Amino acid sequence: MKLNRSKSLCCLIAIMALGLASGCSSTFEPWVKPYERDNLADPIMSMNRNPVSMAYTHHAYQAREGARGAEGGAGGGCGCN
Amino acid sequence: MEQEAVVAVIRQKMTSPSGTVRKLLTRLIFACIILGVFAWQALAAVLPQDRSDAMYHSYQGGGMSIDGPSILLRKKIGNHVSVSANYYVDTISGASIDVLATASPYSEERTENSVGVDFLHNKTLMSLNYTTSSENDFEAQSIHFGVSQDFFGDLTTLTLGYAKGNDEVGKTGDESFLELAERQNYQLGITQVITKNMILGVSVENVSDQGYLNNPYRSVRFLDANSARGYRFETEVYPNTRRSNAASVTANYYLPYRASVYGEAKVFSDSWGIDANTYKLGYIHTFGDDWILEVRGRHYQQDKADFYQDLYTRSAEFNFRARDKEMSTFNNLSLGLSVTYEFQFSANNFFKKSTINLDFDHVNYDYDDFRNVLADPSTEFTTVGEEPLYQFSANITRFYVSIFY
Repeated sequence: MKLNRSKSLCCLIAIMALGLASGCSSTFEPWVKPYERDNLADPIMSMNRNPVSMAYTHHAYQAREGARGAEGGAGGGCGCN
Repeated sequence: MEQEAVVAVIRQKMTSPSGTVRKLLTRLIFACIILGVFAWQALAAVLPQDRSDAMYHSYQGGGMSIDGPSILLRKKIGNHVSVSANYYVDTISGASIDVLATASPYSEERTENSVGVDFLHNKTLMSLNYTTSSENDFEAQSIHFGVSQDFFGDLTTLTLGYAKGNDEVGKTGDESFLELAERQNYQLGITQVITKNMILGVSVENVSDQGYLNNPYRSVRFLDANSARGYRFETEVYPNTRRSNAASVTANYYLPYRASVYGEAKVFSDSWGIDANTYKLGYIHTFGDDWILEVRGRHYQQDKADFYQDLYTRSAEFNFRARDKEMSTFNNLSLGLSVTYEFQFSANNFFKKSTINLDFDHVNYDYDDFRNVLADPSTEFTTVGEEPLYQFSANITRFYVSIFY
């Protein structure tokens, strides 16, 4: 039963992929039109407008906390002895 | 008989819940790869903007002083490729409570180099990054691969990422000490345009570690009546594996004037028993075309690892033991401010614009079960294990200049 469900899920994802590949996205009517995206394109709407500062800030917090991940920063080492 | 046993084990693996979940996950990952490959044919995505950043960073607090430069260069090559390189240095002077309790203040330097390439093909963006980090007692390298695709009229962006890292852990003063660790990260992110003023993002990441995960300099303390202080220290022992999951939701909203608010909520859980959550809130305001001001707050809270204890009753009391304050129950609150001054160059100049930025955050850490062993026993406490709880504050500063071209 569970195997059938996983098969169904796999098929569903494959159909979505085929849908994208067949170009359904080109007929998709976006509810926010390209000419309405000035505000969204403003740098003040970006979570990563300063990548060097953001990567450093994530490192500074992560070196002193147990949690990690789900924030897009990357780097090795620690320097937290 | 032996064949029957093997068949029975295979059947059990096929039908057990864990076997089914494993197969399902395998198929999901495979489907995601297929999705990424097919989505290659679909829409959008652009190369990152050409820019160079030069930053001075500083962390001051809890007896630690860490500062140094970071330089980022990014340039497009043609219309399909963008390359980047980052050079980063930490100059560390350490006299934190962990160091003072069991060792002497020290200083060292960490250098991190990374190179990356982004490739745009039929509006699918793929990125590859390689990073190395080097200290006198620690070497690390990692490689990251990511695929990003916009679809559904560019309203949705799907990002998949995978990273693998290897660490070589040494120990100053012990030439024979060498331990290894490896790490794998799986990342999935979706960004969704909700309205012409609002974006939502969801991100999940699974990280698994294997190998030597201790800090070789950290110790646990245990009661010892024969010691002058009433306790002694011994080396920590961590498990050799760790798996963690983190999920975050972010939202950005553009206000009726040129300003925005953003928020983020994140939950975290790992196989060591650490549960954590993080909340962030920020407001960005502009003054004319040239000035950007940002104020923000961040709160982090975590519960301790299962094997953490501030004070053990005897040596080697448990198989796994830690007194690393990052493994304890604590919270921190930070308040931050950023100021950016932006100026445009003339239209026919090679450089398009430049910014001068100052970011500052003040963080307060409050520990619930990590005690200050440096407290004075004659005035601040009477019994071992009843020292005042530890707390400290830190200032994080970044000053940087960015040039866009």
